[in-house]
Amino acid sequence: MAADKVDPIHQFHINKLIPIEIGGYDLSFTNSALFMVATVAVASAFLYLSTSSRSLVPSRLQSISEMAYEFVGNMLRDAAGTQGMKFFPLVFSLFMFVLVANLLGLFPYFFTVTSHIIVTFGLAALVIGTVVVYGFMKHGLGFLKLFVPHGVPVYLLPLVVLIEVISFVSRPVSLSVRLFANMLAGHITLKVFSGFVVSLSALGTLGIAGSVLPLAMAVALTALELLVAFLQAYVFAVLTCMYLNDALHPGH
Amino acid sequence: MFVTSAFAQESAPAVEGGHTGTEGDTHSGTGVPAEAHGVFPPFDPATFPSQLLWLAITFGLFYLFLKKVVMPRVGGIIDVRNDRITQDLDHAARLKGEADAAVAAYEQELAEAKTKANAIGQQANDAAKAEAEAARKKVEAALDQKLGEAEARISTIKANAMKEVGTIAEDTASAIVEALVGGKASKAEIAAAVKSVAR
Repeated sequence: MAADKVDPIHQFHINKLIPIEIGGYDLSFTNSALFMVATVAVASAFLYLSTSSRSLVPSRLQSISEMAYEFVGNMLRDAAGTQGMKFFPLVFSLFMFVLVANLLGLFPYFFTVTSHIIVTFGLAALVIGTVVVYGFMKHGLGFLKLFVPHGVPVYLLPLVVLIEVISFVSRPVSLSVRLFANMLAGHITLKVFSGFVVSLSALGTLGIAGSVLPLAMAVALTALELLVAFLQAYVFAVLTCMYLNDALHPGH
Repeated sequence: MFVTSAFAQESAPAVEGGHTGTEGDTHSGTGVPAEAHGVFPPFDPATFPSQLLWLAITFGLFYLFLKKVVMPRVGGIIDVRNDRITQDLDHAARLKGEADAAVAAYEQELAEAKTKANAIGQQANDAAKAEAEAARKKVEAALDQKLGEAEARISTIKANAMKEVGTIAEDTASAIVEALVGGKASKAEIAAAVKSVAR
C-alpha cells in the first residue's frame, strides 16, 4: 500500500469500470473514458451555461468563454487566413478539449487523459488526417507542392524534398509526443515530490521539518503545471493552425 | 538542510526504480497491478482500442456540440455586441453632428442679432440727431423772427422818437426864445433852426 502511494506511475493506470468486449477487442469503459466524458461534460457545460444569458455586457464566466472563442479565432485567422475559418470548430474543440483535460488532470486523484500517448496521438492523427484529406481534395496533386519549396537549387532538391517529407511525417508524432510527454513528466515530477513529503514525514520530527522543502517544491510545481496545461493546449492549437495553413496554401 | 537533502537522495532511488520502468517496456514496474502486465501504462497497447473508441465518441460529440450549439451562440453574442457598438458609435456621431449644427445655428443667429441691434442703434441715433437738428433749426428760426420783429419795433420806436424829438426841440426852442428874447419867433424859423442843429 505504501509503495502504491509513492509510486508515481500508479496515476496512469487504466482500470476497467464497465468491461465491454466486441470482436476480440477490449472496448471497456475505463477511468480514461470516464475522464474523457468528464472533460467533454465540463467543457460543454461551462461553454453552454456561461453563455446562456447572452448578455450584451458579459459576466465574468461569459467573458472567459468569449475570450477563449476569440483567442482561438484570432490564432486561426493569423495563421491560416480567413479561408482557415472553416476549421474554426475543429481547432476550437481541440483547444478546449486539451485545455480542460489538462486542467482536470491537475486535481489530485483525477486521471489525466492527455497523459496517454494514444489519446494525444489520436488527436494529432485527426489534425494531420484533416490536413491530408482536405489538401488533396482542394488542390489534388498540387498538394504535393508542399514538399517542394520555392527557390531551391535543382541539385539540392532531392535532399530538400526528403527533409520536407520526413518533417511532414514526423508532425503527428511530434504533435502527440509533445503534449503527452509534457503532461506525463509534469505529473510524475509532481507525484515524486509529493511522495517525498509523505515518506519524509513518516521519519519523525526531523523528517517533518525536512518535508517542508519538497512540499514547497510541490506547490511551485503545481503552479508550473497549471502554466504547462495552458501552454500545451495553446501550442497544440497553434501547431494545428499552422498545419491547416499548409493544407490551404501548400505552395509556401 | 543537510538532513533534508540526504533524505531526498535516499528516497530518490526508490522512485527512480519506478521511473526507469517508464522507459523500458520489459521492466516489471514496482507495485504495478496484475492487469497492466508490467507495461508502462501509457504504452500498453491493450488499452489502445478502448481509449481510441471513447476518444472518438467523446471528442466527436464535443465537436458536434460546439459546432452546432456553442459556437453559433458565442459568435452571435460577439456579432450582436459589435453591431451594437458600431450602431452606438454612429448614433453618437450623429448626435455630435446635430450638436455642432445647433451651435453653428446659434452662433449665426447671435451674429445676425448683433448686426440687427447695431443697425437699430444706428438708426435711432440718426433719428435722434435729425430730430435734434430740426428742433434746433426751428428754435433758431423762431429766434431770428423774434429778433427781426424786435429790431423792426425798435426802429419804429426810434423813428417815432426822432420825430418827436423835433417837435420837442421846437417847443423847447420857442419857449427858450420867448424867455430869453421875450418875443415870439415864428414857427418856421424855429423848425429850420432845429433842423440845422439836428443835422
